[in-house]
Amino acid sequence: MAAGGARRINARVVTHGLVSILIFLVLWEVGSRSKVWLAWDAFGPLRDLIAAFGLKTHYLPWIGAVPAPSAVFKAWMGVIDQAGYWQSWYMSFQRVLGGFVAAMLIGIPYGLMLAVSRTAHGINFPVFESLRPIPPLAWVPASIIFWPTQELAIMFITFLGAFYTIVINVVGGAKSIDGRFFQAAQSMGASKWDIFKRIVLPGTLPSIMVGSAVGMGITWEVVVAAEMISGGGSQMGGSGGGLGFFIWNSYVGGSYEQIVVGMISIGIAGYVSSELLRSLGTYVTPWLRVR
Amino acid sequence: MEMTKSSGAEVKTRGHILIEDVVKVYDPEGAAVMAVDHCSLEIEAGEICMIVGPSGCGKTTLLNAIAGFHEITSGRILLDGEVLCSAQKPRAEPGPDRIVVFQNGALFPWKTNLENVVFGPVMQGRMTKAEALDRGRAMMADAGLAGVEHNYPGEVSSGMRRRVEIVRALMNNPAVLLLDEPYRALDSLTKSVMHEALLEIYYKNKVTIFFITHDLEEAIFLGHRVAIMTTRPCKPKKLLTVDIPHPRDYSVLTSKRFRELMQETSEAVHEEARKAFQAGEREG
Repeated sequence: MAAGGARRINARVVTHGLVSILIFLVLWEVGSRSKVWLAWDAFGPLRDLIAAFGLKTHYLPWIGAVPAPSAVFKAWMGVIDQAGYWQSWYMSFQRVLGGFVAAMLIGIPYGLMLAVSRTAHGINFPVFESLRPIPPLAWVPASIIFWPTQELAIMFITFLGAFYTIVINVVGGAKSIDGRFFQAAQSMGASKWDIFKRIVLPGTLPSIMVGSAVGMGITWEVVVAAEMISGGGSQMGGSGGGLGFFIWNSYVGGSYEQIVVGMISIGIAGYVSSELLRSLGTYVTPWLRVR
Repeated sequence: MEMTKSSGAEVKTRGHILIEDVVKVYDPEGAAVMAVDHCSLEIEAGEICMIVGPSGCGKTTLLNAIAGFHEITSGRILLDGEVLCSAQKPRAEPGPDRIVVFQNGALFPWKTNLENVVFGPVMQGRMTKAEALDRGRAMMADAGLAGVEHNYPGEVSSGMRRRVEIVRALMNNPAVLLLDEPYRALDSLTKSVMHEALLEIYYKNKVTIFFITHDLEEAIFLGHRVAIMTTRPCKPKKLLTVDIPHPRDYSVLTSKRFRELMQETSEAVHEEARKAFQAGEREG
């Protein structure tokens, strides 16, 4: 019964999602074709209104300059069977995953250490907090100098994007565990290691997952910018340089439809990685599923 | 069950608490606040002793001292003749012989009810995991908790959670159960069911129960004795022996003797509550 209910709700959510995407596409198509219909006599007042803002009157501001979804779709179909396009996906995913996994592997134990040991916190936190406000992108030039390959340089940037968020969430999560859990475990004869393993770790897990989800989002923001700035790995040759470089290349080559293809691709890639992370989160924190 | 018999035999030897002249002064930046003032109290092995007093009067300080969560300033507390804490060793070592059931519950939300219940004996290495699981299932069934073993605490009602927590406590084979207003957050109907359930569990597993509450009715219904505490600083103001024989059930509440005992004590409680209220107003 409950499963049936859940399925019904899912169906409704999916319908809502599809309708919202459809409406978005229709508005976008109509908007970007405004060069055609805005010239019609009936839209004289609208043209006057646009002119009153000192803007060009032969298309709607902003949206009229964006390629229409139908054109974007056509461009997409043009690249979808090209190895170079998928190579861009692959490159970006590799950089995101490399940096992100490294951020988890280092950030989670490091955050736990800061949370558990007052000494470690005292020694590490001032440095950590003064490095944290430096935006990952400010590290790009230094990173290119420090790391032997451009791949490692970009991965380091994505690593930074996720690292601080994960650490901050782990520390906050571990510190907010209810003190009574520790007292109860201690009374029942749990050793320090048991308390760490059975109270601190599971108690921090929800915050770890939240931090990772946020970190993953930042990772995608950062990787695209890093690819644009660094030229996307010149040793890979032109279009092998990731989705960020794909966009940049399309811009330089004057293919505006392809810019949008690249943007949407990043949107999809980010969504897929967040969704995977969310499923992983639900899987490892089954007790939170039951609310 | 055979465990019931063996723990019945232990009743006389385990769980005798002696609180001697205990003082607890909180000293936040020189402004000494006396929470417990030369408090002495003796609790017999296997007795249900109810500690009644207004909120914030220092009852919980006393409980934390027994459990080993807080230090005392002077005096001493003994369990079965052994010193738990004293002026020389202000903080007792927490241990499975004294298990606290917390005010808002402290079941681990990431463990199922059964995993919570077997936590103690497995941690102490007293039972293998398999033994603990068998024993845990039996104890849960005994407490009317069959069927929720594999649910998470968040999936069952708050009344059930409290029962799971008491079963978890008993699995440690404690000498003393320390209950800190465990039913405070429950509605009065659930509360009445919980009282009977607690007594039922107690009749099967005789342990000393140190039960903190501010609900006089609850205190007289459950307790062999009721210690009415003064408001901060906390010490016994009046000790009442409840001469209503155990086993009790809910019909006791409407009995004549119960009403008489309520009358006898409610004034003392009310007076302390008023003092606490006025003190609170001054502080606020």
